[in-house]
Amino acid sequence: MRFDYLAPAICAAMAVVPASAEPRHYAFGRTPTEAEIAAENIDIRADGKGLPPGQGSVAQGRDIFAQTCAACHGDNGQGLLSDRLVGGFGTLKDHNPVRTVGSYWPYATTLFDYVRRAMPFNAPQSLTDDQVYAVSAYVLSMNGILPEDAVLNAANLPTIGMPNRNGFISPDPRPDVR
Amino acid sequence: MAGFSVTRRRGLLAGAATLLADRRAAAQEDAPPWMRQQGSPVTTPPYGVPSRHEQTVIRRARVALKFPTASSSGTPLQDLHGIITPNGLHYERHHAGVPTVDPAEHRLLIHGLVDRPLIFTIDDILRFPSISQIHFLECSGNTPEFRDPKPNWTPQDTHGLLSCCEWTGVPLSTLLAEVGVHPSAKWVLAEGADAAAMSRSVPIAKAWDDAIVAYAQNGERLRPEQGYPLRLFLPGFEGNMSIKWLRRLKLGDQPFQTREETSKYTDLMPDGKGRQFTFIMEAKSVITRPAGGQQLRDPGFHEITGLAWSGRGRIRRVEVSTDGGTSWRSASLQEPILPKCLTRFRLPWTWDGGPAALRSRAIDDTGYVQPPREALVDVRGINSGYHFNAQQTWQIAQGGAVSNAV
Repeated sequence: MRFDYLAPAICAAMAVVPASAEPRHYAFGRTPTEAEIAAENIDIRADGKGLPPGQGSVAQGRDIFAQTCAACHGDNGQGLLSDRLVGGFGTLKDHNPVRTVGSYWPYATTLFDYVRRAMPFNAPQSLTDDQVYAVSAYVLSMNGILPEDAVLNAANLPTIGMPNRNGFISPDPRPDVR
Repeated sequence: MAGFSVTRRRGLLAGAATLLADRRAAAQEDAPPWMRQQGSPVTTPPYGVPSRHEQTVIRRARVALKFPTASSSGTPLQDLHGIITPNGLHYERHHAGVPTVDPAEHRLLIHGLVDRPLIFTIDDILRFPSISQIHFLECSGNTPEFRDPKPNWTPQDTHGLLSCCEWTGVPLSTLLAEVGVHPSAKWVLAEGADAAAMSRSVPIAKAWDDAIVAYAQNGERLRPEQGYPLRLFLPGFEGNMSIKWLRRLKLGDQPFQTREETSKYTDLMPDGKGRQFTFIMEAKSVITRPAGGQQLRDPGFHEITGLAWSGRGRIRRVEVSTDGGTSWRSASLQEPILPKCLTRFRLPWTWDGGPAALRSRAIDDTGYVQPPREALVDVRGINSGYHFNAQQTWQIAQGGAVSNAV
Protein backbone atom coordinates (compact mmCIF):
# COMPACT_ATOMS: atom_id res chain seq x y z
CA MET A 1 0.00 0.00 0.00
CA ARG A 2 1.18 3.40 -0.95
CA PHE A 3 0.01 4.87 2.34
CA ASP A 4 1.76 2.36 4.58
CA TYR A 5 5.05 4.18 4.88
CA LEU A 6 3.22 7.45 5.56
CA ALA A 7 1.30 6.09 8.51
CA PRO A 8 3.92 6.92 11.17
CA ALA A 9 4.19 10.50 9.86
CA ILE A 10 0.42 10.93 9.94
CA CYS A 11 0.27 9.60 13.50
CA ALA A 12 3.03 11.99 14.53
CA ALA A 13 1.24 14.92 12.94
CA MET A 14 -2.01 14.01 14.66
CA ALA A 15 -0.28 13.73 17.99
CA VAL A 16 0.47 17.47 18.15
CA VAL A 17 -3.20 18.39 17.63
CA PRO A 18 -5.37 17.94 20.70
CA ALA A 19 -8.20 15.59 19.90
CA SER A 20 -10.67 18.08 21.38
CA ALA A 21 -9.78 20.96 19.00
CA GLU A 22 -12.67 20.27 16.65
CA PRO A 23 -15.53 18.49 18.35
CA ARG A 24 -17.90 16.43 16.27
CA HIS A 25 -20.65 18.79 17.35
CA TYR A 26 -20.26 22.17 18.96
CA ALA A 27 -23.69 21.91 20.56
CA PHE A 28 -24.34 25.66 20.32
CA GLY A 29 -27.93 26.71 19.85
CA ARG A 30 -30.86 24.71 21.11
CA THR A 31 -33.67 22.52 19.86
CA PRO A 32 -36.65 24.65 18.81
CA THR A 33 -40.12 23.77 20.02
CA GLU A 34 -42.72 22.64 17.50
CA ALA A 35 -44.51 25.95 18.09
CA GLU A 36 -41.36 27.93 17.33
CA ILE A 37 -40.88 26.07 14.05
CA ALA A 38 -44.55 26.46 13.12
CA ALA A 39 -44.43 30.21 13.74
CA GLU A 40 -41.66 30.66 11.14
CA ASN A 41 -42.50 27.84 8.75
CA ILE A 42 -44.49 29.96 6.29
CA ASP A 43 -43.30 28.68 2.91
CA ILE A 44 -45.66 26.93 0.50
CA ARG A 45 -44.22 24.42 -1.95
CA ALA A 46 -45.39 23.90 -5.51
CA ASP A 47 -47.12 20.67 -4.45
CA GLY A 48 -49.08 22.59 -1.83
CA LYS A 49 -47.10 21.37 1.17
CA GLY A 50 -47.34 24.07 3.80
CA LEU A 51 -50.74 25.42 2.77
CA PRO A 52 -52.76 26.29 5.88
CA PRO A 53 -56.39 25.36 6.60
CA GLY A 54 -59.00 27.82 5.41
CA GLN A 55 -60.68 28.94 2.22
CA GLY A 56 -61.67 32.01 0.24
CA SER A 57 -63.95 32.75 -2.70
CA VAL A 58 -63.51 34.88 -5.80
CA ALA A 59 -66.32 37.12 -4.57
CA GLN A 60 -64.63 37.69 -1.20
CA GLY A 61 -61.35 38.31 -2.99
CA ARG A 62 -62.92 41.01 -5.17
CA ASP A 63 -63.68 43.13 -2.10
CA ILE A 64 -60.27 42.56 -0.51
CA PHE A 65 -58.54 43.40 -3.79
CA ALA A 66 -60.48 46.66 -4.14
CA GLN A 67 -59.56 47.71 -0.61
CA THR A 68 -55.96 46.55 -0.32
CA CYS A 69 -54.48 45.88 -3.76
CA ALA A 70 -56.12 48.07 -6.42
CA ALA A 71 -54.32 51.27 -5.39
CA CYS A 72 -51.04 49.87 -6.71
CA HIS A 73 -52.12 47.14 -9.14
CA GLY A 74 -55.13 48.91 -10.70
CA ASP A 75 -58.83 48.21 -10.28
CA ASN A 76 -58.70 45.27 -12.67
CA GLY A 77 -55.12 44.19 -12.01
CA GLN A 78 -54.01 46.04 -15.13
CA GLY A 79 -51.00 47.54 -13.33
CA LEU A 80 -50.64 51.06 -12.00
CA LEU A 81 -47.81 52.02 -9.67
CA SER A 82 -46.84 48.38 -9.41
CA ASP A 83 -46.87 45.22 -11.52
CA ARG A 84 -49.62 44.27 -13.90
CA LEU A 85 -51.23 41.04 -12.66
CA VAL A 86 -53.63 40.15 -15.45
CA GLY A 87 -53.43 39.17 -19.11
CA GLY A 88 -50.46 39.14 -21.45
CA PHE A 89 -51.21 35.63 -22.70
CA GLY A 90 -49.23 34.67 -25.78
CA THR A 91 -46.86 37.66 -25.56
CA LEU A 92 -43.75 35.98 -24.15
CA LYS A 93 -42.06 35.84 -27.58
CA ASP A 94 -43.06 39.41 -28.46
CA HIS A 95 -40.78 42.44 -28.62
CA ASN A 96 -42.53 43.70 -25.51
CA PRO A 97 -43.63 40.63 -23.53
CA VAL A 98 -46.19 41.11 -20.76
CA ARG A 99 -45.34 38.94 -17.78
CA THR A 100 -48.23 38.58 -15.33
CA VAL A 101 -49.51 36.03 -12.84
CA GLY A 102 -51.63 34.67 -15.66
CA SER A 103 -49.14 34.70 -18.51
CA TYR A 104 -45.88 33.90 -16.72
CA TRP A 105 -46.16 32.48 -13.19
CA PRO A 106 -45.75 28.67 -13.31
CA TYR A 107 -47.41 27.81 -9.97
CA ALA A 108 -50.55 29.09 -8.24
CA THR A 109 -48.98 28.13 -4.90
CA THR A 110 -46.33 30.82 -5.45
CA LEU A 111 -49.09 33.44 -5.61
CA PHE A 112 -50.47 32.35 -2.23
CA ASP A 113 -46.97 32.18 -0.72
CA TYR A 114 -45.96 35.61 -1.96
CA VAL A 115 -49.18 37.39 -1.01
CA ARG A 116 -49.06 35.87 2.45
CA ARG A 117 -45.41 36.75 3.13
CA ALA A 118 -45.06 40.13 1.44
CA MET A 119 -48.40 41.72 0.51
CA PRO A 120 -50.03 44.16 0.82
CA PHE A 121 -46.91 46.24 0.40
CA ASN A 122 -47.85 48.72 3.12
CA ALA A 123 -48.84 46.01 5.63
CA PRO A 124 -47.20 42.64 4.88
CA GLN A 125 -48.53 39.58 6.74
CA SER A 126 -51.68 41.47 7.74
CA LEU A 127 -54.15 39.30 5.79
CA THR A 128 -55.71 36.20 7.33
CA ASP A 129 -55.19 32.87 5.58
CA ASP A 130 -58.83 32.98 4.41
CA GLN A 131 -58.22 36.43 2.92
CA VAL A 132 -55.08 35.21 1.13
CA TYR A 133 -57.05 32.31 -0.36
CA ALA A 134 -59.74 34.77 -1.44
CA VAL A 135 -57.47 37.36 -3.03
CA SER A 136 -55.49 34.59 -4.78
CA ALA A 137 -58.77 33.24 -6.16
CA TYR A 138 -59.73 36.70 -7.43
CA VAL A 139 -56.40 37.32 -9.18
CA LEU A 140 -56.64 33.89 -10.86
CA SER A 141 -60.24 34.55 -11.81
CA MET A 142 -59.38 37.91 -13.41
CA ASN A 143 -56.92 35.91 -15.54
CA GLY A 144 -59.66 33.48 -16.58
CA ILE A 145 -57.87 30.65 -14.81
CA LEU A 146 -60.65 30.17 -12.23
CA PRO A 147 -64.42 30.57 -12.70
CA GLU A 148 -66.30 33.36 -10.92
CA ASP A 149 -67.81 30.96 -8.40
CA ALA A 150 -64.55 29.31 -7.38
CA VAL A 151 -63.56 28.77 -3.75
CA LEU A 152 -59.89 28.10 -3.07
CA ASN A 153 -58.49 25.90 -0.32
CA ALA A 154 -55.42 23.80 0.47
CA ALA A 155 -56.72 20.86 -1.55
CA ASN A 156 -57.54 22.56 -4.85
CA LEU A 157 -54.98 25.40 -5.02
CA PRO A 158 -52.04 23.09 -5.94
CA THR A 159 -54.10 21.40 -8.67
CA ILE A 160 -54.61 24.60 -10.68
CA GLY A 161 -52.98 24.27 -14.10
CA MET A 162 -51.16 27.53 -14.72
CA PRO A 163 -50.88 28.39 -18.44
CA ASN A 164 -47.09 28.85 -18.33
CA ARG A 165 -46.42 25.80 -16.16
CA ASN A 166 -44.05 24.35 -18.79
CA GLY A 167 -42.57 27.69 -19.77
CA PHE A 168 -39.28 27.37 -17.89
CA ILE A 169 -35.95 25.77 -18.71
CA SER A 170 -33.92 24.24 -15.94
CA PRO A 171 -31.59 22.88 -14.64
CA ASP A 172 -29.15 23.60 -17.51
CA PRO A 173 -30.24 27.12 -18.20
CA ARG A 174 -27.29 28.73 -19.93
CA PRO A 175 -25.58 26.39 -22.38
CA ASP A 176 -24.29 29.38 -24.32
CA VAL A 177 -21.92 30.41 -21.55
CA ARG A 178 -20.54 27.03 -20.51
CA MET B 1 38.09 86.57 12.90
CA ALA B 2 40.21 88.01 15.72
CA GLY B 3 39.69 91.52 14.25
CA PHE B 4 35.94 91.47 14.71
CA SER B 5 34.69 93.82 17.31
CA VAL B 6 31.95 92.78 19.63
CA THR B 7 29.77 95.50 18.15
CA ARG B 8 30.25 94.26 14.65
CA ARG B 9 29.52 90.70 15.63
CA ARG B 10 26.34 91.80 17.38
CA GLY B 11 25.36 93.68 14.26
CA LEU B 12 25.84 90.61 12.10
CA LEU B 13 23.85 88.45 14.45
CA ALA B 14 21.06 91.00 14.55
CA GLY B 15 21.06 91.14 10.75
CA ALA B 16 20.85 87.36 10.49
CA ALA B 17 17.98 87.28 12.97
CA THR B 18 16.07 89.87 10.96
CA LEU B 19 16.62 87.92 7.80
CA LEU B 20 15.36 84.74 9.53
CA ALA B 21 12.30 86.59 10.83
CA ASP B 22 11.53 87.89 7.33
CA ARG B 23 11.85 84.45 5.92
CA ARG B 24 9.61 83.00 8.60
CA ALA B 25 6.99 85.68 7.97
CA ALA B 26 7.10 84.81 4.30
CA ALA B 27 6.79 81.11 5.12
CA GLN B 28 3.75 81.80 7.27
CA GLU B 29 2.08 83.64 4.44
CA ASP B 30 2.85 80.83 2.03
CA ALA B 31 1.87 77.96 4.31
CA PRO B 32 -1.65 76.68 3.91
CA PRO B 33 -3.98 77.46 6.83
CA TRP B 34 -4.04 73.81 7.91
CA MET B 35 -0.31 74.06 8.67
CA ARG B 36 -0.62 77.13 10.87
CA GLN B 37 -3.06 75.80 13.46
CA GLN B 38 -3.90 72.58 15.26
CA GLY B 39 -6.25 70.32 13.45
CA SER B 40 -9.30 68.58 14.88
CA PRO B 41 -8.78 66.51 18.04
CA VAL B 42 -8.99 62.75 18.05
CA THR B 43 -12.44 61.16 17.89
CA THR B 44 -14.02 64.00 15.92
CA PRO B 45 -16.09 62.13 14.99
CA PRO B 46 -15.66 58.85 16.91
CA TYR B 47 -16.58 56.92 13.76
CA GLY B 48 -14.62 58.49 10.93
CA VAL B 49 -16.22 59.74 7.73
CA PRO B 50 -14.71 60.71 4.36
CA SER B 51 -13.31 64.19 3.73
CA ARG B 52 -15.98 66.78 3.09
CA HIS B 53 -14.33 67.25 -0.29
CA GLU B 54 -15.43 63.72 -1.26
CA GLN B 55 -19.14 64.34 -0.84
CA THR B 56 -19.91 63.44 -4.44
CA VAL B 57 -18.63 59.91 -3.86
CA ILE B 58 -21.97 58.42 -2.87
CA ARG B 59 -24.44 55.71 -3.81
CA ARG B 60 -27.06 56.82 -6.27
CA ALA B 61 -30.47 55.36 -7.02
CA ARG B 62 -30.58 54.19 -10.62
CA VAL B 63 -34.10 55.16 -11.59
CA ALA B 64 -36.91 57.39 -10.35
CA LEU B 65 -38.27 55.78 -7.23
CA LYS B 66 -41.92 54.80 -7.22
CA PHE B 67 -41.24 52.52 -4.27
CA PRO B 68 -38.04 53.67 -2.56
CA THR B 69 -38.01 50.65 -0.23
CA ALA B 70 -38.16 48.20 -3.13
CA SER B 71 -35.34 49.64 -5.16
CA SER B 72 -31.61 49.76 -5.70
CA SER B 73 -28.64 52.12 -5.48
CA GLY B 74 -25.29 51.77 -7.21
CA THR B 75 -21.69 51.88 -6.02
CA PRO B 76 -19.68 54.81 -7.52
CA LEU B 77 -17.16 52.51 -9.23
CA GLN B 78 -15.63 55.42 -11.16
CA ASP B 79 -14.49 57.06 -7.90
CA LEU B 80 -13.05 53.97 -6.18
CA HIS B 81 -9.55 52.51 -6.16
CA GLY B 82 -8.26 48.97 -5.71
CA ILE B 83 -10.84 46.23 -5.24
CA ILE B 84 -12.47 46.82 -1.84
CA THR B 85 -15.80 48.64 -1.60
CA PRO B 86 -16.10 50.77 1.54
CA ASN B 87 -19.05 49.57 3.61
CA GLY B 88 -20.97 52.83 3.24
CA LEU B 89 -20.74 52.57 -0.56
CA HIS B 90 -21.80 48.93 -1.00
CA TYR B 91 -24.62 48.76 -3.52
CA GLU B 92 -28.15 48.26 -2.25
CA ARG B 93 -31.01 46.17 -3.53
CA HIS B 94 -33.86 45.81 -1.09
CA HIS B 95 -37.27 44.30 -1.75
CA ALA B 96 -39.00 45.85 1.24
CA GLY B 97 -36.59 48.36 2.74
CA VAL B 98 -33.92 47.97 5.42
CA PRO B 99 -35.42 46.44 8.58
CA THR B 100 -34.19 47.56 11.99
CA VAL B 101 -33.39 44.19 13.51
CA ASP B 102 -32.54 43.88 17.21
CA PRO B 103 -29.63 41.40 17.36
CA ALA B 104 -30.68 40.35 20.86
CA GLU B 105 -34.02 39.17 19.51
CA HIS B 106 -32.87 37.82 16.16
CA ARG B 107 -32.71 34.04 15.68
CA LEU B 108 -31.62 31.69 12.91
CA LEU B 109 -33.74 28.55 12.58
CA ILE B 110 -32.44 25.55 10.61
CA HIS B 111 -35.01 22.83 10.03
CA GLY B 112 -36.71 20.64 7.44
CA LEU B 113 -34.92 17.49 6.24
CA VAL B 114 -32.43 17.44 9.13
CA ASP B 115 -31.75 15.12 12.07
CA ARG B 116 -31.70 17.87 14.68
CA PRO B 117 -33.47 21.17 13.97
CA LEU B 118 -31.65 23.96 15.77
CA ILE B 119 -32.28 27.59 16.61
CA PHE B 120 -29.34 29.95 17.09
CA THR B 121 -28.88 33.35 18.70
CA ILE B 122 -26.29 35.71 17.23
CA ASP B 123 -24.07 34.92 20.22
CA ASP B 124 -24.34 31.23 19.33
CA ILE B 125 -23.28 31.96 15.74
CA LEU B 126 -20.32 34.04 16.92
CA ARG B 127 -18.97 31.05 18.91
CA PHE B 128 -18.44 28.85 15.85
CA PRO B 129 -15.07 28.71 14.06
CA SER B 130 -15.09 31.60 11.59
CA ILE B 131 -13.83 32.29 8.09
CA SER B 132 -13.04 35.49 6.15
CA GLN B 133 -13.23 35.65 2.37
CA ILE B 134 -12.98 38.54 -0.08
CA HIS B 135 -15.72 38.22 -2.70
CA PHE B 136 -17.66 40.38 -5.10
CA LEU B 137 -21.43 40.62 -4.94
CA GLU B 138 -23.33 41.54 -8.10
CA CYS B 139 -27.03 41.96 -8.72
CA SER B 140 -28.21 39.87 -11.67
CA GLY B 141 -29.97 43.02 -12.90
CA ASN B 142 -26.65 44.89 -13.07
CA THR B 143 -25.83 46.53 -16.42
CA PRO B 144 -29.34 47.17 -17.81
CA GLU B 145 -28.16 47.30 -21.40
CA PHE B 146 -30.32 44.68 -23.12
CA ARG B 147 -32.61 47.59 -23.97
CA ASP B 148 -32.21 51.30 -24.39
CA PRO B 149 -28.78 52.04 -22.86
CA LYS B 150 -28.18 55.77 -22.39
CA PRO B 151 -25.11 57.69 -23.70
CA ASN B 152 -24.77 59.65 -20.44
CA TRP B 153 -24.41 56.59 -18.24
CA THR B 154 -21.38 56.36 -15.94
CA PRO B 155 -19.85 53.14 -14.56
CA GLN B 156 -22.11 53.68 -11.54
CA ASP B 157 -25.13 53.56 -13.86
CA THR B 158 -23.96 50.66 -16.00
CA HIS B 159 -22.15 48.45 -13.47
CA GLY B 160 -22.82 49.95 -10.02
CA LEU B 161 -24.84 47.01 -8.68
CA LEU B 162 -21.44 45.47 -7.99
CA SER B 163 -19.34 45.64 -4.82
CA CYS B 164 -16.54 43.70 -3.17
CA CYS B 165 -15.89 43.19 0.54
CA GLU B 166 -14.21 40.87 2.98
CA TRP B 167 -17.00 38.80 4.51
CA THR B 168 -16.58 37.05 7.85
CA GLY B 169 -18.86 34.44 9.30
CA VAL B 170 -19.42 30.72 9.79
CA PRO B 171 -19.17 28.33 6.85
CA LEU B 172 -22.71 27.13 6.22
CA SER B 173 -21.24 23.60 6.00
CA THR B 174 -20.40 23.86 9.71
CA LEU B 175 -24.01 24.59 10.59
CA LEU B 176 -25.28 21.86 8.26
CA ALA B 177 -23.03 19.37 10.05
CA GLU B 178 -24.54 20.52 13.34
CA VAL B 179 -28.11 19.79 12.25
CA GLY B 180 -27.32 16.65 10.26
CA VAL B 181 -28.66 16.79 6.70
CA HIS B 182 -30.85 13.98 5.35
CA PRO B 183 -29.53 12.39 2.14
CA SER B 184 -32.82 13.33 0.45
CA ALA B 185 -32.21 17.08 0.98
CA LYS B 186 -31.39 18.73 -2.34
CA TRP B 187 -32.30 22.38 -1.76
CA VAL B 188 -32.12 24.93 1.04
CA LEU B 189 -34.73 27.66 1.37
CA ALA B 190 -33.12 30.83 2.73
CA GLU B 191 -35.48 33.42 4.18
CA GLY B 192 -34.93 36.96 5.42
CA ALA B 193 -36.48 38.90 8.30
CA ASP B 194 -37.44 41.87 6.15
CA ALA B 195 -40.97 42.91 5.19
CA ALA B 196 -40.67 40.83 1.99
CA ALA B 197 -39.60 37.75 3.98
CA MET B 198 -37.32 37.52 0.93
CA SER B 199 -36.80 33.88 0.02
CA ARG B 200 -34.74 31.85 -2.44
CA SER B 201 -33.93 28.18 -2.95
CA VAL B 202 -30.22 27.34 -2.87
CA PRO B 203 -28.90 24.04 -4.28
CA ILE B 204 -27.47 21.83 -1.54
CA ALA B 205 -24.11 21.54 -3.30
CA LYS B 206 -23.60 25.30 -3.01
CA ALA B 207 -24.61 25.20 0.65
CA TRP B 208 -21.91 22.59 1.36
CA ASP B 209 -19.30 24.22 -0.91
CA ASP B 210 -18.50 27.84 -0.06
CA ALA B 211 -21.64 29.43 1.41
CA ILE B 212 -21.05 31.65 4.45
CA VAL B 213 -23.46 32.70 7.17
CA ALA B 214 -21.87 36.13 7.55
CA TYR B 215 -21.98 38.64 10.37
CA ALA B 216 -19.13 40.97 9.42
CA GLN B 217 -18.04 43.00 6.41
CA ASN B 218 -14.65 44.66 5.94
CA GLY B 219 -13.76 44.16 9.58
CA GLU B 220 -16.91 45.44 11.23
CA ARG B 221 -20.31 43.95 11.82
CA LEU B 222 -22.61 44.02 8.81
CA ARG B 223 -24.21 47.29 7.88
CA PRO B 224 -28.02 47.29 8.23
CA GLU B 225 -28.29 47.63 4.43
CA GLN B 226 -26.23 44.45 4.09
CA GLY B 227 -28.28 42.30 6.42
CA TYR B 228 -27.35 43.17 10.01
CA PRO B 229 -27.07 41.12 12.12
CA LEU B 230 -26.82 38.05 9.83
CA ARG B 231 -26.85 37.30 6.12
CA LEU B 232 -26.24 34.43 3.78
CA PHE B 233 -23.35 34.95 1.37
CA LEU B 234 -23.08 32.80 -1.75
CA PRO B 235 -19.81 33.59 -3.57
CA GLY B 236 -20.24 34.06 -7.32
CA PHE B 237 -24.05 33.71 -7.27
CA GLU B 238 -26.50 36.45 -8.25
CA GLY B 239 -26.80 38.90 -5.38
CA ASN B 240 -30.44 38.43 -4.41
CA MET B 241 -29.73 34.83 -3.34
CA SER B 242 -27.40 36.00 -0.56
CA ILE B 243 -30.42 36.55 1.67
CA LYS B 244 -30.01 39.45 4.09
CA TRP B 245 -31.34 39.53 7.66
CA LEU B 246 -31.23 35.73 7.48
CA ARG B 247 -33.73 34.16 9.85
CA ARG B 248 -34.42 30.68 8.50
CA LEU B 249 -32.86 27.88 6.49
CA LYS B 250 -35.12 24.96 5.55
CA LEU B 251 -33.83 21.85 3.83
CA GLY B 252 -36.11 20.25 1.25
CA ASP B 253 -36.03 17.71 -1.56
CA GLN B 254 -37.10 20.16 -4.31
CA PRO B 255 -36.85 23.88 -5.03
CA PHE B 256 -39.47 25.93 -3.22
CA GLN B 257 -40.53 27.90 -6.36
CA THR B 258 -40.64 31.26 -4.60
CA ARG B 259 -41.79 34.39 -6.39
CA GLU B 260 -38.13 35.51 -6.65
CA GLU B 261 -37.19 32.41 -8.68
CA THR B 262 -40.27 32.23 -10.92
CA SER B 263 -41.91 35.59 -11.54
CA LYS B 264 -38.61 37.46 -11.03
CA TYR B 265 -34.95 36.57 -11.57
CA THR B 266 -35.79 34.25 -14.47
CA ASP B 267 -34.39 35.12 -17.89
CA LEU B 268 -36.90 35.28 -20.74
CA MET B 269 -35.43 33.91 -23.96
CA PRO B 270 -36.43 34.75 -27.58
CA ASP B 271 -38.47 31.53 -27.85
CA GLY B 272 -40.64 32.65 -24.92
CA LYS B 273 -39.12 30.22 -22.44
CA GLY B 274 -37.80 31.48 -19.13
CA ARG B 275 -34.42 30.28 -17.97
CA GLN B 276 -34.74 29.45 -14.29
CA PHE B 277 -32.04 29.05 -11.63
CA THR B 278 -29.42 31.04 -13.53
CA PHE B 279 -27.29 31.39 -10.43
CA ILE B 280 -23.73 32.12 -11.52
CA MET B 281 -22.51 35.60 -12.43
CA GLU B 282 -20.41 34.99 -15.52
CA ALA B 283 -17.05 36.61 -16.29
CA LYS B 284 -17.32 40.34 -16.84
CA SER B 285 -15.22 43.50 -16.78
CA VAL B 286 -15.59 47.25 -16.99
CA ILE B 287 -13.15 50.11 -17.45
CA THR B 288 -13.75 52.59 -14.61
CA ARG B 289 -11.32 55.28 -15.85
CA PRO B 290 -11.52 56.79 -18.42
CA ALA B 291 -15.23 56.11 -18.49
CA GLY B 292 -18.64 57.60 -19.18
CA GLY B 293 -19.25 61.02 -17.68
CA GLN B 294 -15.53 61.85 -17.49
CA GLN B 295 -13.49 64.37 -19.45
CA LEU B 296 -9.88 63.81 -20.56
CA ARG B 297 -8.03 67.13 -20.20
CA ASP B 298 -4.80 66.73 -22.10
CA PRO B 299 -3.41 64.38 -24.73
CA GLY B 300 -0.57 62.24 -23.47
CA PHE B 301 -0.31 59.58 -20.80
CA HIS B 302 -3.50 58.19 -19.28
CA GLU B 303 -3.81 55.03 -17.27
CA ILE B 304 -6.70 52.84 -18.32
CA THR B 305 -7.97 50.99 -15.28
CA GLY B 306 -10.96 48.88 -14.35
CA LEU B 307 -12.36 45.80 -12.68
CA ALA B 308 -12.82 42.20 -13.79
CA TRP B 309 -14.56 39.31 -12.04
CA SER B 310 -16.07 35.87 -12.55
CA GLY B 311 -18.55 33.90 -10.49
CA ARG B 312 -16.80 30.71 -11.61
CA GLY B 313 -13.33 31.42 -10.28
CA ARG B 314 -10.26 33.56 -10.87
CA ILE B 315 -9.62 36.07 -13.61
CA ARG B 316 -6.89 34.72 -15.87
CA ARG B 317 -6.49 37.66 -18.24
CA VAL B 318 -8.03 41.00 -19.15
CA GLU B 319 -7.62 42.46 -22.60
CA VAL B 320 -8.17 46.10 -23.47
CA SER B 321 -8.95 47.68 -26.82
CA THR B 322 -8.73 51.39 -27.59
CA ASP B 323 -10.23 50.98 -31.05
CA GLY B 324 -13.58 49.45 -30.14
CA GLY B 325 -12.51 45.82 -30.30
CA THR B 326 -10.40 45.67 -33.44
CA SER B 327 -7.07 45.19 -31.66
CA TRP B 328 -6.43 44.05 -28.07
CA ARG B 329 -3.63 44.30 -25.54
CA SER B 330 -3.26 42.43 -22.25
CA ALA B 331 -3.67 44.58 -19.17
CA SER B 332 -1.60 44.04 -16.04
CA LEU B 333 -3.52 42.41 -13.19
CA GLN B 334 -3.04 43.69 -9.66
CA GLU B 335 -2.44 41.05 -6.99
CA PRO B 336 -4.25 39.56 -5.20
CA ILE B 337 -6.14 37.67 -7.91
CA LEU B 338 -8.75 35.79 -5.88
CA PRO B 339 -11.58 33.49 -6.94
CA LYS B 340 -15.04 35.08 -7.19
CA CYS B 341 -13.48 38.43 -6.34
CA LEU B 342 -12.89 41.71 -8.15
CA THR B 343 -9.50 41.96 -9.86
CA ARG B 344 -8.08 45.40 -10.63
CA PHE B 345 -6.50 45.77 -14.07
CA ARG B 346 -4.42 48.56 -15.56
CA LEU B 347 -2.96 49.48 -18.93
CA PRO B 348 -0.74 52.50 -19.70
CA TRP B 349 -2.06 54.45 -22.66
CA THR B 350 -1.10 57.55 -24.63
CA TRP B 351 -4.10 59.45 -25.87
CA ASP B 352 -3.48 61.35 -29.09
CA GLY B 353 -6.36 63.74 -28.47
CA GLY B 354 -8.60 62.15 -31.08
CA PRO B 355 -11.59 59.81 -30.95
CA ALA B 356 -11.12 56.41 -29.30
CA ALA B 357 -13.33 53.56 -28.12
CA LEU B 358 -12.18 51.90 -24.90
CA ARG B 359 -13.35 48.37 -24.28
CA SER B 360 -12.28 45.49 -22.03
CA ARG B 361 -12.91 41.76 -22.02
CA ALA B 362 -12.28 39.33 -19.17
CA ILE B 363 -11.12 35.73 -19.51
CA ASP B 364 -11.61 33.56 -16.43
CA ASP B 365 -9.80 30.41 -15.40
CA THR B 366 -12.39 28.22 -17.12
CA GLY B 367 -11.23 29.80 -20.41
CA TYR B 368 -14.56 31.60 -20.88
CA VAL B 369 -14.23 34.91 -22.73
CA GLN B 370 -16.58 37.79 -21.93
CA PRO B 371 -18.68 38.16 -25.10
CA PRO B 372 -19.31 41.25 -27.22
CA ARG B 373 -22.84 42.62 -26.97
CA GLU B 374 -23.88 41.28 -30.38
CA ALA B 375 -22.93 37.69 -29.45
CA LEU B 376 -24.85 37.87 -26.16
CA VAL B 377 -27.99 39.40 -27.69
CA ASP B 378 -27.81 36.94 -30.58
CA VAL B 379 -28.43 34.09 -28.13
CA ARG B 380 -30.45 35.75 -25.40
CA GLY B 381 -32.47 38.35 -27.26
CA ILE B 382 -33.33 41.57 -25.45
CA ASN B 383 -35.99 40.36 -22.99
CA SER B 384 -33.66 38.37 -20.77
CA GLY B 385 -33.35 41.28 -18.35
CA TYR B 386 -30.81 39.67 -16.06
CA HIS B 387 -27.21 38.49 -16.46
CA PHE B 388 -26.04 41.04 -19.03
CA ASN B 389 -22.28 40.45 -19.03
CA ALA B 390 -21.27 41.76 -22.44
CA GLN B 391 -18.20 43.90 -23.14
CA GLN B 392 -18.64 47.56 -22.24
CA THR B 393 -17.41 50.30 -24.58
CA TRP B 394 -16.71 53.91 -23.64
CA GLN B 395 -16.53 56.37 -26.53
CA ILE B 396 -13.96 59.16 -26.31
CA ALA B 397 -14.82 62.10 -28.52
CA GLN B 398 -12.42 64.56 -30.14
CA GLY B 399 -11.68 66.88 -27.22
CA GLY B 400 -11.88 64.19 -24.55
CA ALA B 401 -15.53 63.87 -23.51
CA VAL B 402 -16.27 60.23 -22.58
CA SER B 403 -19.70 58.65 -23.05
CA ASN B 404 -21.40 55.26 -23.08
CA ALA B 405 -21.11 53.87 -26.62
CA VAL B 406 -24.66 52.85 -27.51
